[in-house]
Amino acid sequence: MHLNDEEQAMLAGKYGKAKQWAIDHQLKVGSFFDATDMVSVSQAHMMADPESVGEAGVHFMESIANDGGRVAIPMITDPRGVDLNYYHPLGQTEGMANIERRFVAACESIGIMMTNTCVNYQTIMPPLLGDHVAYGDTGVVIYSNSVCGARSNFEGGPSALAAGLTGRTPRYGLHLDKNRQATKRFQVTSQPSELTDWGVLGAVIGRMAGSYWEVPVIEGIETVPTSDEMKHFGAAMASYGSTPLFHIVGITPEANDLAAVGGTALPSVKITDNDLSALRSDFGGKGDRPDVVVFAAPQLSIVEMEQVTKLVDGQNLKIPMIVCTSPQTYGDAKRMGFVSKIENAGGTVLEGTCFYQQGAREIGEANGWVRLLSNSAKIVNILGGYGYKPALASMKDCVAAAIEGKIN
Amino acid sequence: MIKILKCHKGVGPKVRGEALVADDNFSTRYDLDRIKGVFSRPQHKLAGKSYDQKILVLNTAKGGVASAWMLYEMAAQGITPKGILFNEANTILVQGAALANLAMCDRFEDGDITTLITSGQTIEIEPELGEVRILS
Repeated sequence: MHLNDEEQAMLAGKYGKAKQWAIDHQLKVGSFFDATDMVSVSQAHMMADPESVGEAGVHFMESIANDGGRVAIPMITDPRGVDLNYYHPLGQTEGMANIERRFVAACESIGIMMTNTCVNYQTIMPPLLGDHVAYGDTGVVIYSNSVCGARSNFEGGPSALAAGLTGRTPRYGLHLDKNRQATKRFQVTSQPSELTDWGVLGAVIGRMAGSYWEVPVIEGIETVPTSDEMKHFGAAMASYGSTPLFHIVGITPEANDLAAVGGTALPSVKITDNDLSALRSDFGGKGDRPDVVVFAAPQLSIVEMEQVTKLVDGQNLKIPMIVCTSPQTYGDAKRMGFVSKIENAGGTVLEGTCFYQQGAREIGEANGWVRLLSNSAKIVNILGGYGYKPALASMKDCVAAAIEGKIN
Repeated sequence: MIKILKCHKGVGPKVRGEALVADDNFSTRYDLDRIKGVFSRPQHKLAGKSYDQKILVLNTAKGGVASAWMLYEMAAQGITPKGILFNEANTILVQGAALANLAMCDRFEDGDITTLITSGQTIEIEPELGEVRILS
């Protein structure tokens, strides 16, 4: 792998230990994936919740800070694992909160902006077509690659940090034109109509795509989706398939037509109603009483916050309902009265977190929550491994279940 | 007789251990109880099996970015696989292995690695050489 003079100096330790670690880490990862050199990136975005980071990860971040590490480019963060204004009632421990506090302090010392969001493409600064970035949340990466036409691999916490410190990343995977061409072609036969439909469709395609290195191209979408619809579609696809990029013919910027993404010779696979119902059938639960209703994964936009607010306004929820949104949206939602209306109905709005990143197992055990209902195809996929029996329904049906105490 | 399997150059140190094999995929967040050191996702083909000190042999990585930090924390806690072999790794698992100093290789010349190794065999990985040896 070719390193230029500046990168060689980083590796030799001339810019300090933190940058030396970062470039060495990038060299190891780049060599694994046959990168020939580095590419400059305009932003980095790091995922790091206390559950995944743990004591070891916090200690590591503190050592980077103590070694004088400073970011070279704008660097932002994914949702936190603890809303420090609201964690005792959820059953989160002081130990988790302390890891969170230490991690935040280390990040701030390194110069990282604590944006705490997985919807930065809606709230912070969406990347442009061809913009090389180092993003660290699968939902962020797939949206940015596919909808914005930016170029990022999935950058796990350590690699996003390395990119923030060096201002570059190894040029492999989706930074290269050849890996952005379609490898699997899907024909949609039923038009999705609301967010959960989009999530289910994304999940089915993700499962069929099946690997990080497959790029689905999708035909048959008849109307231009909203940003929230693309958000649920992409987040679910990335969750079920580890998929970082898709194209929708006539809609996403690299796929003006099928030929533009090299898809004309690919055999076409129809997504049938049976495929969609089979996925939904894994997350049934009709007639059951949910223990908790969760809106998260990804964090809600201001439009979704308004939609939830309209559904709960004036109601009296029988079931706990948790709504996760970004700090940027939270401020607006509070100012517009959405937060107070949700809280008056009995719901809880968390700021800068996402439920599955909050130590979901411990929260479930502390509250006796097993039957979890959500409109997010992504979160129901994740939480099966955390001791929950997740169920999936539209936002409207989720709120109805919280009001009635039963999934209909 | 020792059988040698060639693969792409990997990351991490040379290690030896018992293989735990499945034609299934892998995510630390979705699939594992990292406190008990077992596969906890009911639908996973290794559900209920301990992964501690084993060399996992699986198809590919799935799901999110959390696995990168989690591999580091698992290594620090000492309840961890010794290494992981994939048909195809994804970026996150490789990034995590690089930080955690965990042996990881993929892209085997002889085909599907989950059919070339069986659970219980003792294997040795030498990532720098891109080589896996089946010892017994």
